[in-house]
This record gives sequence, C-alpha cells and structure tokens, in this order.
Amino acid sequence: MTEQHVANPPAVRLLGTLTLAGAFAGLLLVLVNGWAEPRIMAHRAEVLREAIHEVLGGPDRYETLFLVDGRFMADPPAERDTLRLDRIYAGYDASGRPIGLAISGGEPGFQDVIRLLFGFDPTTGRITGMKVLESKETPGLGDKIEKDSIFVAEFSGPVPPLKGVKSGSGSGDESEVDMITGATISSRTVIAIINHRLEELQPYLPVAGDVP
Amino acid sequence: MRATTPTYDLTRGFWRENPVLVQLLGLCPALAVTNTVANSLAMGLATFFVLVGSSLLVSTLKNLIPHEVRISAYILIIATFVTVADLVLAAVVPDIHKALGAFIALIVVNCMILGRQEAFASKRPVGRALLDAIGTGAGFTVALLMMGGIREILGYGTFLGRPLLGASYEPWIVMILPPGGFFTLGFILLGFGWWESRRQQRSVVRDWPHGVGSTTRRTA
Amino acid sequence: MMGDLVWILVSAMLVNNFTLALFLGLCPFMGVSARVATALRMGAANIFVLVITSMTAWVLNTFVLGAAPYLRLISFIVVIASLVQIVEIAIKKISPTLFRELGIFLPLITTNCAILGLAIFQTNRGYGFLEGLFFAVGAGLGLTLALVLMASIREQTELATVPSLAKGMGLVLIIAGSLSLAFMGFAGLFSS
Repeated sequence: MTEQHVANPPAVRLLGTLTLAGAFAGLLLVLVNGWAEPRIMAHRAEVLREAIHEVLGGPDRYETLFLVDGRFMADPPAERDTLRLDRIYAGYDASGRPIGLAISGGEPGFQDVIRLLFGFDPTTGRITGMKVLESKETPGLGDKIEKDSIFVAEFSGPVPPLKGVKSGSGSGDESEVDMITGATISSRTVIAIINHRLEELQPYLPVAGDVP
Repeated sequence: MRATTPTYDLTRGFWRENPVLVQLLGLCPALAVTNTVANSLAMGLATFFVLVGSSLLVSTLKNLIPHEVRISAYILIIATFVTVADLVLAAVVPDIHKALGAFIALIVVNCMILGRQEAFASKRPVGRALLDAIGTGAGFTVALLMMGGIREILGYGTFLGRPLLGASYEPWIVMILPPGGFFTLGFILLGFGWWESRRQQRSVVRDWPHGVGSTTRRTA
Repeated sequence: MMGDLVWILVSAMLVNNFTLALFLGLCPFMGVSARVATALRMGAANIFVLVITSMTAWVLNTFVLGAAPYLRLISFIVVIASLVQIVEIAIKKISPTLFRELGIFLPLITTNCAILGLAIFQTNRGYGFLEGLFFAVGAGLGLTLALVLMASIREQTELATVPSLAKGMGLVLIIAGSLSLAFMGFAGLFSS
C-alpha cells in the first residue's frame, strides 16, 4: 500500500483538481444528456398523447391551450414562461370539429398526491373519461382507482359536478359515480379533483363552437 | 492492510462481507425499491454500474487526487455515474425509472459505494479494485433480488409479473408496503443468525464475538 | 394555501414519514437510536441541516439550474456536502459536548439519504420556498419522532429477555417494521 503524503499541497492545486474533475464530469453529462433527452421527451409526449387519447375517446389530433390572463390560447406571448402557465388540451376529430377538452389535476389522496387527466365535452356538458397519471395509493385497495375498470368506466358520461355514492345505492341521477368499496377516500379524491378543476376553470373554458 | 488473493477480493463482497446482509450498508434502496423483482434487478444493476465505474476511475486516478479533497472527488465521480445511470434508465426503460423514482438519484448517498472507494479502490491497483467492485456489486444485486423475490411472491403472488401462486392465493399486501421491507430483511437476518448458530454448535469453533454481523474471517 | 402547507408538514412527518415509509435516513436510525437523549440531539441536528438544505436547493433550482437540470444531482451533493461541513465546524466551536455526542455521525449526515432525498423530492414536486420549508421541518420532525420512538423501545428491550438469536439488527428491523405498520394508520388523515 502506498499512500501519497504530499506536504500540505497548495490550495490552488486542490481547487484546480476539483475544478478539472468537475469540468470533465460536466462535459460527460452534457454528452449523455444530449443522447438521452430526446428519448425521454419523446416518451413523455407519448404517455400524454395516450392519456389524452383515452379520456377523449380517440381524437384525431390535439392542441395545447395555455391560460393567459383569463383566456385560453394556443400561442401564448413569447415573454410568458409556458412551464408556469395552466393548460388544457383540446381534441379534434378528423374533420377538425372540437370533440372535447382534456384537463389535468392533482390533490392529496389517502397516501400521497393523486394526479389524473380527465376529458370534458363542453357541448354536452359531460365528463368523457378519466385516467390516473400518478398515485401511490395502497396496492390492492386505493390503487383500484386506476386498475378497477368498472370504476374507470363510471367516468364516461356523468354530468359534473359529480357526486360520489356507495356502489349500488345510486338513484340513477346523471351526476352520480359509484365509489369503490374499501377505497372510499381515494375514490372521493378522484371525484373532488375533477369537480374542483372544472369549478376553477369554468369561467375561462371555451364554450361550444368557440374553440379556435 | 492484509495481502489478499484476487479470488478472495472477488468473492468477499459477494457473500462473506455482503454489503446488505452482513454489513447492513445501502439499506435505503434495499428496503425502498424491493417490492418487485423487476425493480430490484434494475436498482441492483444501476448500483453495480455506478460501483464498478467509480471504483475503476478512483483506482486509476488515485495518485492524482490530493488526499485532502479525496472525499469530495469521490462524491463527484459517483454523482456523475449516477446521473448517467439515471438518464440512461429514463431513456431506455421509462416505466421502471418511474417506479424507482428519486431512489436512483439516491444511489449517490449509498454508503456502500463511498465506503468501497475509501477503503479499497483508493489504495489498490486497478485490477483488484475492479474485482472487488464486481464482487460487492453482485452481492448487493443478489441481496436485493432475494428481498424482491420474497416480497413479490408473498405480496402479489407473482414472480417477475407472472402469476405463481394461483388465483386462490390471497396476497399479503403488507409485504409490498414499507413495513414489509423491514420485516423481510429482519427475518432474513434472523434466519442467517439461526443458521450460523447451528453451524457453530456442530463444529468446534472460534468465536464470532459480534454475531452474524461480524466480519471476522474464518481461516479454513 | 395554509391548508396545503399544513398538509405538506403533516404528510412528511406522519403519513409519508421519511424513515418509516420512505426509508430515508436509516443510518442514524439504526446507529444512534439506542439512547433517547442522543436520538433527540441527532433529530435536532437533522432538522437544522434539512432546513438549510431545503433553502439551498430552492436557491439552486430557482437561480442556477434552470438551464441544465441534468447537473442537479452533482450541484446538490457538492453544495450540501460543503454546507454540512460548515455546520460541523460551527457545532464544534459552539458546543464541544454536542460535537462529542454526535461526532461520528455528523460526517454521515452528508451521506444521509434524508438530506439529498429532501432536496430531490422537493424539486420533483415543484415546491416553492415556503412549501419547501414546511416540507423540511415536517421531514425533520418525522425523523426525530421515529428516532425517539425507536430509542425508547430499544431501551426497553435491553431489559427484556430476548432470545440470544434475535439480539442485534434482526430485532431492530422487526421493531422498525412494526412502527412502520403503526404509522400506516396515519394515512387518510388529510383528505377531502
């Protein structure tokens, strides 16, 4: 074993070594990031596209609309940072007719924040679908909000504001959504997220025929 | 430091001084992401890559790194490899990357990796450092797979996502939740302790003064 | 707004306790948790470092790393490591007793998952300055709570007759598992 015992190397050398090492590390990471970033972005866009596809029942294409000063627009002014703007996604069918809006939202559920995307059709005033994007709910119970196809299907067609009811006890009201037995809090959170987001955005939502 | 043979360097970390099961290092990832076999494998391989890469580099550069700033330099090297692993996983297997979440970045603070640099790679020739890193990394991966296997089979009734125990099996959900991680490792350690004490009773033995956690080396 | 902040604090402290649910900061949890008094001091040191970390991470995220998020990990670890070193020197000067008590573990705070974990979680969740601060305090209180609970139980088990086989880490892990199970009862505490 040979250990280097340099007699107090000057601080310049210590700093120099670390700076050099940092520079090399930075360079390497820039290269790797250059390779990885387009792939990561492409995957993210794909996940979002699939989710929008699911909640809007297969639009031909979609467009991102940003909320700027109380109005939704596709091209926000260049000086606004798009990352910080609230946004919705407008879906169109093959003939260019608007078929609905996909809106995302998130709130604390049973375990941690639940994030989801839901579709809303301003023409009919109905929810068209719901997809959970992120949740850490208890496996086997709370995670049914994304894995239970019957619960997910409850979100195609109801009229907001939604009301959660115990499974099987509904009165046939068009706003009722059957909740999952054993996962009441998670179900209620999903319903609350949709209601709150719609309430929040209602004043600004483009009405039927008004979509650019 | 005692002179060791290359074979010993390679196998030590794998079993006798297994980082998780014997030295109890790197517990954070070992408990946090081992709820399925696939997650355990991804975390094990990512850590393996970071450990081997850092050990190679640290051992190669050991004469250039001033003693005073060595820890900072090691951390810099480790963090670079971790970021590479993070980006590559995100680009190649996005679903697993999402499941592991922040715990990939947390490989940086896995005591095991820094420990190997300080105790071994910085003092030995490149070849030996490589052998040691491969052995330790493999030992870590195997320990994670063991945990992941137990937790996935009991918690989901599946192995690598394939049904194993049949439809009538009621999964022990607790195994895939955080307490299950603690329990699994706890029982594995108790099992090892039991096995060790039985072996001791059978042969005339030297002491293991510190129990199973002891790194005392038996001379065969 | 205030409700959100309270939720962040309580969530980090109880529902998603750093140690018992996220397995962050296990080194001090296993190492310093044999005595209640030491556990309290370690907890206090952790809260302090966590708050500093949260503020640092916010500054780095807001003013420095916007252009190159892939350099985040390196900058976090380097800046936090140096900061902890400074804290260590300060504690050494201010309270030599405290330094003796925690001596071996202070350098470990640097390579403590909880510190880096806080910075990363805070970034991933896009917390602002105030949210980050509440998150740090909640996480620190949670760590302290887990440490103190663990230490109290371990002080008791020392007097109990435990099968010789179970003495050591196996027992500690199973106790930790039971605590973690108990903490799962906090889930659902704050929901609509």
